[in-house]
Amino acid sequence: MVTIIVNDEARTVSASPDTPLLWVLRDHLHLTGTKYGCGISLCGACTVHLNGEAVRSCTLPLAAVADQRVETIEHLAVGGDYNAVQSAWLDEDVAQCGYCQSGQIMAATALLNNNPSPSDAEIDAAMAGHICRCGTYQKIRAAIHRAAKVTEGGGSQV
Amino acid sequence: MSQLPSDPSRRTFLKSSSMLATGSLLVGFELPYSLASAPKSSGAASLMTDAFIRIDRDNTITILMNHAEFGNGVYTSLAMMVAEELDIDWQRLRWEAAPTEPRYYSPIFGEYLTAGSVSTAGAFMPMRTAGAKTKALLLQAAGLLWQTDAVQLSTDAGWIAHSDGRRVSYGGLIEVIQDHNLEPPKTVDLKPTSAFSVLGFPKKRIEAPEKVTGRALFGIDIKRPGMIYGAVARPPVYGSRVIAFDDKAARAIPGVLKVKAIDAGVVVLAKDYWTASKGAKALTIQWDDLGLGQLSTASFTEEYRALSKTDGLLAEDIGDAKGLHETASAVHEAVYEMPYLAHATMEPMNCTAQVFDDRCEIWVGTQNQGNDRTVVAKMLGLPEASVVINRTLMGGTFGRRASKTADFITDAVQAAQGETVPVQIIWSREEDIRGGHYRPLFVHRLRGTVDTEGYPASWHQTAVGQSIMQHTKHDPTYMVRGIDIYSVDGCLQEPFGVFPYGTSYRIPHHRVESHNPPKIGVRPHEWRAVGHTHTGIAYECFLDELAHLGGKDPLALRLHLTQDNDRMHQLLLRLKEAADWDQPLAAGRGRGVAARVYSVSPIAQAVEVTVARDGTFTVDRVVCVVDCGFAVNPLGIEAQIHGGVMLGLNAVAYGAIDLVDGQVQQSNFHDARALRFNQMPAVEVHIMQSDAPPTGVGEQATTPIAPAVANALFHATGKRIRQFPLDRHGFILKA
Repeated sequence: MVTIIVNDEARTVSASPDTPLLWVLRDHLHLTGTKYGCGISLCGACTVHLNGEAVRSCTLPLAAVADQRVETIEHLAVGGDYNAVQSAWLDEDVAQCGYCQSGQIMAATALLNNNPSPSDAEIDAAMAGHICRCGTYQKIRAAIHRAAKVTEGGGSQV
Repeated sequence: MSQLPSDPSRRTFLKSSSMLATGSLLVGFELPYSLASAPKSSGAASLMTDAFIRIDRDNTITILMNHAEFGNGVYTSLAMMVAEELDIDWQRLRWEAAPTEPRYYSPIFGEYLTAGSVSTAGAFMPMRTAGAKTKALLLQAAGLLWQTDAVQLSTDAGWIAHSDGRRVSYGGLIEVIQDHNLEPPKTVDLKPTSAFSVLGFPKKRIEAPEKVTGRALFGIDIKRPGMIYGAVARPPVYGSRVIAFDDKAARAIPGVLKVKAIDAGVVVLAKDYWTASKGAKALTIQWDDLGLGQLSTASFTEEYRALSKTDGLLAEDIGDAKGLHETASAVHEAVYEMPYLAHATMEPMNCTAQVFDDRCEIWVGTQNQGNDRTVVAKMLGLPEASVVINRTLMGGTFGRRASKTADFITDAVQAAQGETVPVQIIWSREEDIRGGHYRPLFVHRLRGTVDTEGYPASWHQTAVGQSIMQHTKHDPTYMVRGIDIYSVDGCLQEPFGVFPYGTSYRIPHHRVESHNPPKIGVRPHEWRAVGHTHTGIAYECFLDELAHLGGKDPLALRLHLTQDNDRMHQLLLRLKEAADWDQPLAAGRGRGVAARVYSVSPIAQAVEVTVARDGTFTVDRVVCVVDCGFAVNPLGIEAQIHGGVMLGLNAVAYGAIDLVDGQVQQSNFHDARALRFNQMPAVEVHIMQSDAPPTGVGEQATTPIAPAVANALFHATGKRIRQFPLDRHGFILKA
């Protein structure tokens, strides 16, 4: 039995300790917003926040995250309000199939938490590990800039 | 709609793509529905006013979507069509996947299928008609309720308003409709284009809120009570059969429930997917490769090259290109080679199934659920009505989720046979890349001459590659005299089979031949834009070669060749201006152009590249002009263009699946590379203004990008690439 703090709630799971956090979230806690894409940290679809930092949950064993804080896409819209990144995603109509977007949004949220006004090069560096096969990259860039403007302008917090 | 034939098929549609241009807006299209199928008892919570529309008492409007949403934006387009005529409150709009019933079949395909970039065209009249009939029904009900003349009534976003100020919601009229047994009218007037306030305006994706909060339900997200998970150990040589397996180690893993052989390999069932996948890796399996262990793509390419020199099946012979080439003093010749390509959808294949004695229930993302139901019913010996398919959203497809064999569904059904609970099978990324369904490898041999003025005079093209239709038997109408029309789609000047369009170019002597070498083991599969993914490169690059030979500017040459095709000619003129084609470029930079017609819609792109001395390059700018008739949702069109450009660029830069000794060499995103964020070019989208009936845009943008980039690289460096992908031949897309 391992306990992790998922979305501000202590959850005890009986999964084998080598189980990647991704499958703990999906199969044991039924938090399916975090996606499987490659299983080897190449695509970013499984990105969650671990103690506030963006990490790949598909190669992170349960044993390594015991008692730590995990935040998933389901927890970004606290109290029903979208965070600035989600709002920007909606405003720019970013998603197509939408499958990679949880990971993209988690990465962008972490980026803006650390760097409220990223340059294009900084956005490249933060997002290049996240694969989208639908071609939403151009709109993701626009959405990140939009979210940055909102947070800079004293709007809602990311 | 009187223009719709009683048995609409893709043949009749594609033969007459302009049939939707109804002169009259009086519509008598009979949707095969009856109010009798809806709950009529007074007090029911909701009412089906039409096959596609359900109204709840709380004024929620649900649209039953008869096309699959996999990023194509079709749910939004269909909703817009209904909303334009019905006048709804978008905040109260819901959507639901329509069940597998004939009344939901595509009027173009005559089956429950989302493919071929024809959903918008096929749905444009039926969905508007559904909205208009429901509106007429509601107005009639309000008239009865208030004992008033229709002229006093109007709609206002989900409400009927009386000129005296009274208002009633659509949902508030359900009882009136039921009490009076009201039926919608047989015919209704549709709005003229000039009165549109929804259609033609940018509309954001209706399911976007689910997609930014993790609530969107893809097939892989299905959870059913008691559900268990399965992972399949598939053969290293695709198509092999299991002889025997040792599962001792797998069964020793805590959480592994069962191990059994299915057609695709050996499936391990467990309480979670991770445990199942560990179990699958722990199996020792003896395979019979059925002789497929000798297959290699290198030998396919060699064989196809040789075949391309021999006479093939004659698809088109205008003038006498062959005779002319026998006597010509110089014939330019080139061979283009395109590899197998995997779809690599972000959501890997998966399916959840529960098999009962007398029925089967399936949860899956699929483009092709009518076919899937038939396949499963046959496999289980059940009547089709006893197989229920619940369609989910899809994390991409690019054609992969339209499988004639329903391969990713039968896996789960076979795994679920004998189990008392639902079973979910998830393919690993490695299984997905090695899964054996690919855009077929093709070799094109081209020969041509230019006239004394430098314009193309003759063209002789021989296309060699597996026929998708021959393999899948998907639809016999796609085979003409033994030729798969998809294998030569984009090569022919004249319409062919059910495709009512040609290249839009006019070359006086034009001959195209086709070889469909049968191959076992590798399944050729539709891949976004199908034939154009290889014919586009061969045709547009060789055209560029002839332009160079004749000393012509590539865009000027295309303008010359399209003088008889006003639609494409105008589009190219627009492209020339939008792309600043005549502006000089610095050294190391290049421009390329390509113009294609796919599934009726003309599209052209001009690209700019910068190439470094070491061959690394960037695509700096892509200007795309498309003519898809009336632009239903400009925002959705823009997204599809971005997607097509990205996928096409990805393929030409890196895309290849290689077989060595029957084994697929690629396995995951490190060797089957996906285009990254920082490699995405700036894409500028221009839509030709048109009131013609809408046509498709989902696959079109995939077709010109690859040849346009290859042509731009030639322009920048003088180096002509004829074998793909580019990264194997000196050009590396910069990361």
